Amino acid sequence: MSIDCNPYKADFPLLVGNPGLAYLDSAATAQRPTCVLDAQRRFYETMNANPLRGLYSLSVAATDAIADARAHVARFIGAPSADEVVFCRNASEALNIAARCLGDTLLSEGDEVAITVMEHHSNLIPWQQACRRAGAKLVYLRPDEHGHITSAEIAEKVGPRTKVVSCCHVSNVLGSVQPIRELARAAHANGATFVVDAAQSAPHMAIDVSELGCDLLALSAHKLMGPMGVGVLWGRRDLLDSLPPFLTGGEMIDSVTETDATWAPVPEKFEAGTQDAAGIYAFGAALDYLEGVGLDAVEARERELVDLLMDGLATLPFVDIVGSPDASDHVGVVSFNVEGIHPHDVASILDADHVAIRAGHHCAQPLLTWMGIQSCCRASVAFYNDANDVDALIRGLAHVWEVFHGND
Amino acid sequence: MATTSGGGVYSPALLEHVSNPDYHVHLDDATCTHEGVNPSCGDDLTISYSLAPDGTIADAAWEGTGCAVSQGSADMMCDLVIGRTPAEAARLARLFGRMVRGEETDADALAELDEASCLESISHMPARVKCAELAWRTLAEMAGTPTDDDGAPTAGEGTLADEKGTNGGSPAAPRG
Repeated sequence: MSIDCNPYKADFPLLVGNPGLAYLDSAATAQRPTCVLDAQRRFYETMNANPLRGLYSLSVAATDAIADARAHVARFIGAPSADEVVFCRNASEALNIAARCLGDTLLSEGDEVAITVMEHHSNLIPWQQACRRAGAKLVYLRPDEHGHITSAEIAEKVGPRTKVVSCCHVSNVLGSVQPIRELARAAHANGATFVVDAAQSAPHMAIDVSELGCDLLALSAHKLMGPMGVGVLWGRRDLLDSLPPFLTGGEMIDSVTETDATWAPVPEKFEAGTQDAAGIYAFGAALDYLEGVGLDAVEARERELVDLLMDGLATLPFVDIVGSPDASDHVGVVSFNVEGIHPHDVASILDADHVAIRAGHHCAQPLLTWMGIQSCCRASVAFYNDANDVDALIRGLAHVWEVFHGND
Repeated sequence: MATTSGGGVYSPALLEHVSNPDYHVHLDDATCTHEGVNPSCGDDLTISYSLAPDGTIADAAWEGTGCAVSQGSADMMCDLVIGRTPAEAARLARLFGRMVRGEETDADALAELDEASCLESISHMPARVKCAELAWRTLAEMAGTPTDDDGAPTAGEGTLADEKGTNGGSPAAPRG
């Protein structure tokens, strides 16, 4: 389907309600299709009860809604069992569970945790703090000029002292895909646990945890057109079984006495308190929708959009791409700067022209500092964008330049 | 191309202050110097002023990095406060703060801000209020009167040499 034609926009009420809006910030959060909004409402209208607790049929319906969504997530990421899918609030919380529980179990003084300098703060600060608590060392892998971690970098930084390797699948700033299988092999060859932050990749490509070779993987529902406030931590069953709980309280116990408690099996061990059942149910609807569109179609369409975006930016001599100059190195995300104009000014002027992009440090301050820039602009696409959205951005950037420099 | 109030902030007056700032200099004989930062934006401004024998601001200047809104706003502020006492300057800084937060819209009241009143439309861009406010907030801190304080000014001569003020916590500010 050509990117000049857009059969998808009609599925998204916000885009229908704002026909002039070029929404190019899906890497921050996707828009939601009608079926997801309907599912959220349907849960409260037809199956609202507290899941897991009640013995009456309504509570069973709510429990089933979560179980179905859990099984769906497992299928979506190629997990062998739905019990390996832990629901939490967001990818940040999933990565906090990983860092806290692995950190408390695995890390001691002198150990190392290897992450990349590209990590979103949510896959950086939890490890930074875990290392600080344990007296372990946080080691940073740094990308080449195309935004990729090289084999040489892996060989140099992942070694016998490495206890955990944690890496983004796709960088939220550079858009580059990381060599996940190679990192998995290096981690496992050294006896380390391998964690993948798939928040930025899952909306754009098929994910299969056994193919990736990871031990833990974090996802965010709202980047996959699901509701905000739902995240996923997937983990190998034996690993999840061996980890201590993260939050404690209701629903995560087996039995409790005045002085002690034993834990429920996974996934409930990691799901203290009432879950966002409606959100989880609606996340299942989002996966239905995404599978209906087809990840192959999503990938092909977004490839075309990124190519068009990179071509358009190349026509603007005052725009510098942050990251690889090759469109093929960008998955869904293109970051850039306008020479001499602060990204916040760029974003404000684009906003006045109804073009929504992100500007700032993109929750990746160490990356930007390492690259020697304070902040940058980021345009990100989803399959529901079209050529008009990209054109609006390119015209808008010409306008930004005109505002500051007139027509020279 | 259609522009809303957001685009209107980038007026010729603001852009003239950005491209040809009058007060973007280092003040060697500063009586008082204070740094203000917006951690979430990376705006970093140092405001300085020197006092004349009669206690009024003889010269004012800003240094630092940031967006056009924070820099243009700082330049306009320096222009406005020269010849006034620190207490008056702090009062104007509070007025500016109320303007960009949309709490003061009376044109007669805002006329006192002279050219800086052209930044009123920032009040429709909540994410940029912190940028516009940074210089003014820093100045008010120098004089010991935070811009949030709507009470009577208690400004005296600033004694905060090279201290750092941080504008944190605005719920509308972009974060990462």
